[in-house]
Amino acid sequence: MATKEQTKISKEVLFDLHRRMVRIRLLEEAAGQLASEARIPGFIHLYVGEEAVAAGGCVALKDEDQISSTHRGHGHLVAKGGEFKPMMAEFMGKATGYCKGKGGSMHISDLDLGMLGANGIVGAGVPIAVGAAFANKYRNNGLVTMSFFGDGSTNIGAFHEAANMACALHLPIVFMCENNEYAEYTARERVMAITDVADRAAAYGMPGVIVDGMDVVAVYEAARVAVARARNGEGPSMIECKTYRYYDHAGVSGLGRTYRSDEEVQEWMERDPIKLFEAQLAKAKVMSEEEAKEIHAGIQAEIDEAIEFAENSPLPDPEVDMLTDVYTEVS
Amino acid sequence: MAVTETEQRIIRYNDAFNETLAELLREDPDIFIAGEDVGRYGGVFQSFANLNAEFGDERVVDTPIAEQAIIGLGIGAAAVGLRPIVDLMFMDFVMVSMDQIANQAAKMKYMFGGKAKLPLTITTTGGAGLGAAAQHSQSLEAWLIHVPGLKVVYPSNPYDLKGLLVSCVRDDNPTIFTLHKAMLGSKGHVPEGLYEIPLGEANVVREGTDATIVAIGKMVSEAEKAASTLAEEGIEVEIIDPRTLLPFDMDTVIQSAKKTNRIVIVHEAVKNGGIGAEISAQIQEQAFDYLDAPVTRVAAPFAPVPFSPALEQSYVPNAESIAKGVRDVLHRNI
Ligand SMILES: Cc1ncc(C[n+]2csc(CCOP(=O)(O)OP(=O)(O)O)c2C)c(N)n1
Ligand SMILES: [Mg+2]
Repeated sequence: MATKEQTKISKEVLFDLHRRMVRIRLLEEAAGQLASEARIPGFIHLYVGEEAVAAGGCVALKDEDQISSTHRGHGHLVAKGGEFKPMMAEFMGKATGYCKGKGGSMHISDLDLGMLGANGIVGAGVPIAVGAAFANKYRNNGLVTMSFFGDGSTNIGAFHEAANMACALHLPIVFMCENNEYAEYTARERVMAITDVADRAAAYGMPGVIVDGMDVVAVYEAARVAVARARNGEGPSMIECKTYRYYDHAGVSGLGRTYRSDEEVQEWMERDPIKLFEAQLAKAKVMSEEEAKEIHAGIQAEIDEAIEFAENSPLPDPEVDMLTDVYTEVS
Repeated sequence: MAVTETEQRIIRYNDAFNETLAELLREDPDIFIAGEDVGRYGGVFQSFANLNAEFGDERVVDTPIAEQAIIGLGIGAAAVGLRPIVDLMFMDFVMVSMDQIANQAAKMKYMFGGKAKLPLTITTTGGAGLGAAAQHSQSLEAWLIHVPGLKVVYPSNPYDLKGLLVSCVRDDNPTIFTLHKAMLGSKGHVPEGLYEIPLGEANVVREGTDATIVAIGKMVSEAEKAASTLAEEGIEVEIIDPRTLLPFDMDTVIQSAKKTNRIVIVHEAVKNGGIGAEISAQIQEQAFDYLDAPVTRVAAPFAPVPFSPALEQSYVPNAESIAKGVRDVLHRNI
């Protein structure tokens, strides 16, 4: 079993981890605001609080590697290089969105970025990631697939079938669990007799590690080890990130809910992954408070531009767009 | 018996569901409910609100996200004598649990030579209109009516909801009971206390002479709106709500076909292979000589449910497209 590498992380990587987290946070806050004003239709599942998982995981990947995602997929796409304009346009159901307005928040994806899709069916992304990993091994292209999924997803058959198959076929894949302690409005302990999802890894014959999902460096370090294992042909691994979503399962209410206590939410928010990391960076004199502020402002400006772009974008036209993209046309 | 406006108790579709479950749980200790978020939280649409508080964790059970095991839990418990109600949060998750539904629940009695009895009710929510996109908006009744052994029920108003739900739960066969999620807040008259509406009996919602609309689920209220518009044009339509899709009350439809000679079938699912195809085929088998126009279907185009409201709005049939369908069978579209 590979052990945790103790290599020093370059300044470049530290900035990258920070930048990806802030990009996710600010996009999500903006999306939540727009949804609460009904400027974004449908349901949205926000990733706020869990940024370190997507950022730490994806920084450990190469651009050509693939990821699979969940219903809570905005953060994964941003971390994999997703751009704000087509994301915002997709949230609003515009023709200029990543999915031409056909998928929306819950199905946002860009295969060109190696993002195999946000998914409306819990657990369904995991077998698909196994398929991508199979193709990588088949082609011997050295690429790795990382599958993101929630704690609740590990209760469904698709997850177990996929995990077993990946291990049996010795595929280059990393199973990245976002354990935020809840599946919708039901607490983990009501539907699982174990506390740590990572315990499940042993059942399939892969290493399972637990990391602090609010600590982006810890996530990144664990992901690097697992990705290296996969790339070296040593097979699958599982990483369980203990994390938390600040907002409700869907939408933007956070506090004052019956299924979890405000104290619990506030405790987690005190360990905010971005604030923690910025404090570390300032202390190590890698990034000053001023620099961090500038980065936030730059990203916020980009988001404001994306909102304007999305609002001024055309809607899809039912006459033209309804029946296209159902099949690949014979060329 | 006619009830005057003031005597009527008007409640929401979703509350009719909730109240019926509570009354059934009180009546029969063999009934329990299991599903995702149905317990402590009361269901994602609050359809199961307060049930866990009244009946406890043993009878209103929060399950893991595990649709196959949820249906299986219901089948096994029913096979050994309980009367389970199991919930699939969205009808789209029928696909996740289809083996348990179609290979197990539906076939057990037949395969076992009649010995098994499965008093199982599966509740779920279907339908589009909320911007919930391709995997949370489907109407999959056609998948289900293709399976011998199941009963499939789709109430279009709160009154029917209660009577049909009671019949489903008391039925000794596997039944699938679908709520339309865009109708949860709609209101109607619902008496207190339990009553049954027999499965397999259609309701003639409106009588007319010029054409018949057969509409299911939420499409019934759209058909009623279309009927008002058409009445202003001097067209009197009859509206039939089958209420139960399997078994299907073909007699009522055939009688109406013989009277109006023109039929429009309306559903939210895609037209290809939809329930309209089956109804249409049976009409031509049984009443071909009475038809003055081909049976027409108003249904969704052959595409997944799109996310963007700009697309979704014209994806789902509405009063306007239904009225157009009626004018078509009357050759009034010029
Ligand atoms: C097969 C299936 N069952 C149920 C749902 C409804 N649902 C959507 S998200 C969710 C909870 C998922 O929990 P988890 O995997 O922990 O992810 P989280 O939302 O916490 O990020 C549920 C039950 C679904 N979309 N698909
Ligand atoms: Mg979770």
